[in-house]
Amino acid sequence: MLRYLIQRFIAVIPILIGVSLLVFFAIRLVPGDAITTMLGTEAGMLTDTQRAALERYFGLDKPAGVQYVNWLGDVVQGDLGYSVRHGKPVLDLILDRFPVTVELAIMSLVIALVIGISIGTLSAVMHNSLIDLGGRLFALIGLAAPNFLIGTLLIYVLSVYFGILPNAGNYVELNEDPVENFNQLIFPALTLGFSFSASVMRTTRSAMLEVLGEDYVRTAHSKGLRPRTVIFRHALRNAMIPVVTLAGVELGYLLGGSVIVENIFALPGLGRLTLNAISQRDYALIQGATLFIAINFVIINLLVDMIYAVLDPRISYASKK
Amino acid sequence: MSKAIRILIIVTTIVMALGVIAPAAAQDDNVLIWAREVDAQGLDPHTQTAFSSLRLLDLVYEPLVRTDADLNVIPALAESWAFSDDGLQLTFNLRQGVTFHDGSDFTSADVVASLNRVLDEATGSAARSQLLTIESIEAPDDYTVVLNLTLADVPLVAALSSVNLVILSSDVIENGDPTVDVIGTGPFVLDSWEPEQKTILSANADYWGDGPYLDGIEIRIIPEEASIMAALRAGEVDFALLNDPLIATLLVGEDDIVLHRTPDISYHVLQLRAAVEPLDKLEVRQAISCAIDRQAVVDVAALGEGQVTGPLTMPAYQVPLDELFCYEQNLDLARELMAAAGLEEGFTLSVIVAQDEPPTALSEAQVIQDQLKEININVEIESLELGTYVDRWLAADFTAAIALNGGRPDPYPMYNRYWQYDARFAEVAGYVDDTLDELMKAGQVETDPAARYEIFAQFQRHLAETSPWIWLYAGYNYSAHRSYVTDFTPTPTGYFFYLSQTKMNR
Repeated sequence: MLRYLIQRFIAVIPILIGVSLLVFFAIRLVPGDAITTMLGTEAGMLTDTQRAALERYFGLDKPAGVQYVNWLGDVVQGDLGYSVRHGKPVLDLILDRFPVTVELAIMSLVIALVIGISIGTLSAVMHNSLIDLGGRLFALIGLAAPNFLIGTLLIYVLSVYFGILPNAGNYVELNEDPVENFNQLIFPALTLGFSFSASVMRTTRSAMLEVLGEDYVRTAHSKGLRPRTVIFRHALRNAMIPVVTLAGVELGYLLGGSVIVENIFALPGLGRLTLNAISQRDYALIQGATLFIAINFVIINLLVDMIYAVLDPRISYASKK
Repeated sequence: MSKAIRILIIVTTIVMALGVIAPAAAQDDNVLIWAREVDAQGLDPHTQTAFSSLRLLDLVYEPLVRTDADLNVIPALAESWAFSDDGLQLTFNLRQGVTFHDGSDFTSADVVASLNRVLDEATGSAARSQLLTIESIEAPDDYTVVLNLTLADVPLVAALSSVNLVILSSDVIENGDPTVDVIGTGPFVLDSWEPEQKTILSANADYWGDGPYLDGIEIRIIPEEASIMAALRAGEVDFALLNDPLIATLLVGEDDIVLHRTPDISYHVLQLRAAVEPLDKLEVRQAISCAIDRQAVVDVAALGEGQVTGPLTMPAYQVPLDELFCYEQNLDLARELMAAAGLEEGFTLSVIVAQDEPPTALSEAQVIQDQLKEININVEIESLELGTYVDRWLAADFTAAIALNGGRPDPYPMYNRYWQYDARFAEVAGYVDDTLDELMKAGQVETDPAARYEIFAQFQRHLAETSPWIWLYAGYNYSAHRSYVTDFTPTPTGYFFYLSQTKMNR
């Protein structure tokens, strides 16, 4: 097991280098740099000397290759660089935004799993009933309705009919006021969770339908086990593998920040930070944030693989004798 | 489902419901909560050009002179000013008894240090281009500053009202870092800036002028205008800045909300580049001008929220639109002109548009696309991310562009970058001729207001006639606030200096 983990971590290094190389050079190929995005068309009023001074200030005066090697050298030492636009180290900025993103990701994932697995199981067990039809309709709406629609509708209903808007650009951290923090996050979490619950429902339903047709389920029934035990202990557990895979991928995305929902609900998360960094061509921050997101993905994938082994004892990562 | 889980669900639901209803924490009643979509991009007034930054810095720093709600130049840190008889010396008498937020006195040394900082190429200030006629700066005493000029530069006084040319403390310039040490003389003091979240300003108790009447301002960033509108309706914010006419007009007629709509001096324009075929033919450019129904562009793209305009948007310099060539759509003339150019068959015109900048840009391009079909011009719209758009615009790498260009209180600094032979953006503008160049140079040195008006009226008629660009309309600036906010005056420049006069009676 330990050996497997070490192998996995070593395999990750080329992936991360690949990601960083791709991002580093791709963002430099995009037209515009930190100077033109800061000054807009006024950048054209600069003299050559002025432009050179600003390039030095933003660290753009060295060739891209040299910049990359310097950057990589710092990263290995745990320094993700410095964002000139924010006047802060990149790692501080990311860690400052990450808690909001993690909270939102976990809350929406829990909401999605609770709703999705319940409805999915119910739909599968009561295959082709009215409840199944209702469940499938729910999934169809969830998949078809984009986040910005649900989010905007929620905000509209809350502000116009109830006269409240829990977060009007005044985000409160969890440790400052847990109740207020919960209020501010629940609606964005519902927005994200609702959309994702639709895919969870569909996956659960189809996996359950498949498992319920297996021999061992029939055997369990014929042994005289209670239907509840058969469904929850025998069938659902085996049906969970595709759901875990799906949830892992989704969590990876959510931890990268959910730009649209963060924008609509004015949450200071990682998605908004990264998006702004891209539109401002804040290279250090873009590189740092994408590397951070890539590392998240890698860790989550590893966790998903571990959960497989827990769910299905036939899967084992111990090295063969 | 076990009983425990059931109880847990019930308890959670109750907590959620209670939490949502619980009232928000009490706030200082006299702090104005202001929501806007885009945050400041940085705090150095001499290098920032983003309007979002300058709007904030305008409350903290002050220039020598300012423009009022009618765009007249009025005293700020300078009490009075005068040109010498030959126009080569501009003398400012400074206000006495003004202090910076750190308690130090404002003197001529601060003015000299600030203007020299902008002129220093190492600073990287785009506003330096407005000061190129300054040969040297002298300070005969603590409250007098003399600018020695290379030519009589009349528009310089109005140019000095720019937030890019505000006065910093000489101590900060020499010993501090103006990108983080925000120490001005303005009505509000910057207490903290959390990028993309909130900015806290408090009242400057020692402000020399009238006000401020608020205890402070809290600026919150809500990155969606629809959410800003919702927050204003819910009473979570007191004051809001809106850019999108589609959103702002939804607030018309709401009882508790006052919507201000101020004609803006920036202008929406279809920039043609006469340097590119077939736009090099005068007839083709004129045909485009005649084929476009400007009022329809305003009506469709901006829901009627704007006024068709000539090149100069400030009221003091506007000319009647019927004096301008083809400001009424005339398709017959447009077709004749296309035929005269030998292009009855039409051609394909590529137009670049920045996404969401302004929010109406794409719709404007689509209306024009539709209108130009009438004269067989096939408009291809290229919608670009803002950074890419700016890059191509600066490199003059386009044939035509929809743009929202900034206006200025004075015509000369507004257009000197485009319509002169040695203009910085001559290549981007794509057209210049002797008449334009001569009129600009005459307008720069003319001191008599009536004569200046006539020069710039002729300038506008000539631009419309030669149609290097097709000026479309000037929109509105929108600000909205709850009805208990009073004494706020919006300005055509889009700045919010008059928040210093604003009061609240919740």
